[in-house]
Amino acid sequence: MDSMTMIAVVSIVTAGLTTSFGALGPALAEGRAVATALSSLAQQPDASATITRTLFVGLAMVESTAIYCFVVSMILIFVNPFWNHVIAQATGR
Amino acid sequence: MRLSPDEIIFWQYGFIKLNATIVFTWGLMLVLAVGSRLITRRLSIGLQRARWQNLLEIVVTAIETQIDEVGLSQPRKYLGFLGTLFLFVATASLCTVIPGYQPPTGSLSTTAALALCVFVAVPVFGIEEQGLSGYLRSYVQPTFIMLPFNIISELSRTLALAIRLFGNMMSGAMIIGILLTIAPFIFPIIMTMLGLLTGMVQAYIFSILAAVYIAAATRTRRPAPQPVPGT
Repeated sequence: MDSMTMIAVVSIVTAGLTTSFGALGPALAEGRAVATALSSLAQQPDASATITRTLFVGLAMVESTAIYCFVVSMILIFVNPFWNHVIAQATGR
Repeated sequence: MRLSPDEIIFWQYGFIKLNATIVFTWGLMLVLAVGSRLITRRLSIGLQRARWQNLLEIVVTAIETQIDEVGLSQPRKYLGFLGTLFLFVATASLCTVIPGYQPPTGSLSTTAALALCVFVAVPVFGIEEQGLSGYLRSYVQPTFIMLPFNIISELSRTLALAIRLFGNMMSGAMIIGILLTIAPFIFPIIMTMLGLLTGMVQAYIFSILAAVYIAAATRTRRPAPQPVPGT
C-alpha cells in the first residue's frame, strides 16, 4: 500500500472512530446529569429556575467534548493537511 | 463541502478579502445598531409604550436578572458587555431563517474574536473591582503551586468558549447541507429548527459562562465566618 492510500484509509477510519467514541461518553454523562436534575426538581420544585439554568450550563460544558471530537472528524474529512500534501505532490509530479 | 463562510469571497484586493463572514457580521451590526436606535428614539416612561420598546425592555430586564442570579453584585455595570455578547450570538443564529444567510459565528475567526473579548474583559473587570494586586493574588489562591494551573485554565477555557460556539454553529450548517443532498423538503426544515434551538442555547451558554468567569474574577474575598460560641 503506498503512502497516499494509507493516509486516506487511516483518515477515514479515524474520523469514524473519533465521532463514534466522542458521542458515546458525553451522551452517557448528559443522561446522568438530566436524571439527577429531574430527581432534584421533583424534590424541590420551587428551585426549578436555578436547577434548569445550572443543568443547561453543565450540559453545554459536557457537550463541548463531543464538539471537539466532531471538529477533529470534520478536519480529517474535509481539510486534511496530510491528504492535501500528498495530493499536491501527486498532481505536481 | 464548505467548512466555514470564510471561503465565500465577494471581493478581493491583494490579500484583503471581503468574505461572507465579514459581510454578514457587518449586516448584523447594522441591523442591531440601527434597529435599537430607531426603537429608543422616543422612550416613554408611563404605562403606554410602543410594542418594540416593550420587547426591548423585556429582553434587557431578562438579561439583567440572569446576570444578577449568576452572582454579580452590580448587574448594570456588566450589562453592556454581556448583553451584547448574548444579542450578537442570538441574532446571528436567529437570522438563519433568512435564505442565503450563513451565520458568521460558523467561522472560527468570529468565535475566536468573541472569546478573546471575554479573555480581555475578565482581567479588566477583575482589576477594576479588586485592584491590580488583589486580582493577581487570586492567581496564587489557594497555594502558590496552583499558579501554572490557574494560568492554563484561564487559557483553556477561552479556547473552549471559541471552539464550543464554532463547533455548534458549524455542525448545524453542515448537517443541513448534507441532508439537502440526501432528503430534501422535510428533513432539512426539521434540522433547521433544531439548529435554531441550539443556536439560542449556545448564545445563552456563551454569555452565562462569560458572566461566571467575570463573577469569579470580581468576587471580593470575605473573611472566614467566626464560629458561634456556646450552644
